[in-house]
Amino acid sequence: MGEVIVITSGKGGVGKTTTTANIGTALASMDKKVVLLDTDIGLRNLDVVMGLENRIVYDLVDVTHGNCRLKQALIRDKRFDHLALLPAAQTKDKTAVNTEQMFKLCQQLKEDYDYVLVDCPAGIEQGFKNAIAGADKALVVTTPEIAAVRDADRIIGLLEAAELPSPKLIINRIRPDMVKTGDMMDINDMIDILAIELAGVVPEDQTIVISTNKGEPAVLDVNSKAGQAYRNIAKRIMGEDIPLMSFEVDETIFSKFKKLMGFKS
Amino acid sequence: MDLFSKLLKREASLSKNVAKERLRLVLVHDRTTISPQLLENLKEDLIKVISNYMEIDSGETEVTLNSDDNSVALSASIPVIKINRLSSR
Repeated sequence: MGEVIVITSGKGGVGKTTTTANIGTALASMDKKVVLLDTDIGLRNLDVVMGLENRIVYDLVDVTHGNCRLKQALIRDKRFDHLALLPAAQTKDKTAVNTEQMFKLCQQLKEDYDYVLVDCPAGIEQGFKNAIAGADKALVVTTPEIAAVRDADRIIGLLEAAELPSPKLIINRIRPDMVKTGDMMDINDMIDILAIELAGVVPEDQTIVISTNKGEPAVLDVNSKAGQAYRNIAKRIMGEDIPLMSFEVDETIFSKFKKLMGFKS
Repeated sequence: MDLFSKLLKREASLSKNVAKERLRLVLVHDRTTISPQLLENLKEDLIKVISNYMEIDSGETEVTLNSDDNSVALSASIPVIKINRLSSR
């Protein structure tokens, strides 16, 4: 019996889909059976990020409406046999699926896969409720910006209300240079504010743009720093104790100085 | 201005600290709307504690969070029935 993990954020554009694609591919590269479930009906993108957009025949709504069998709609990944994608529908709207159907689907997928990763749409409406309906765990993605952290806080509250407690945080697109000069919130700032455990930190990285252009997740590029960060997160999901990468623990000189002086920062 | 206060001033004006302070304020407001259950639990705890000191009308007790632009205040309206002299240590 596998595990259903929803990847959510509240705010759009913080990297939910990229995160789903990369963690899923990383888990598959470590011989786990993984299925990626795109629940962003009407605005699907996980297919293009994975480079699988040309293989779509059926979609999520076809499955929930019984137009096809679940196996027919699953698209096998180009690189890993045991990695599959269930794409969202593009021409229907979010109300085409309900939470009960999503719960059932997740239960079904869990039987055949080690990990079911659910890519959640932005927002807190029906699409969000659908995405979390069958989840066992949640990952909240944020970036070091006020708007993203605020929405993450709201999402954490809603996850707790939905009895999906102790979600873990992924801080995406952090820029160590700006953290160093005090122009970007650092890891501790965000952990303090959100009072939540950290799953990992991903640096801003050009290789993400390049790999997305090609439809090849960055975790497959051994030279990609973001890819390395995602591989680390995947290992933590598998229960390994992986320390943060060196850029992940950068501190400003002043905060080190304050600690030395006994001030709490 | 000595070096230390200069450093302190620089620290406060760092844009990340401005962001943190703004976030802190905005989240105080956001979080007030999240859980009526939490407020109910708080009310029950309050009643328990206050009952050690005086007899109150727990049915009429009201606990609310009120917010305006700059602050959030917790208000409680707790009708007192009887104050027990012996327990006023």
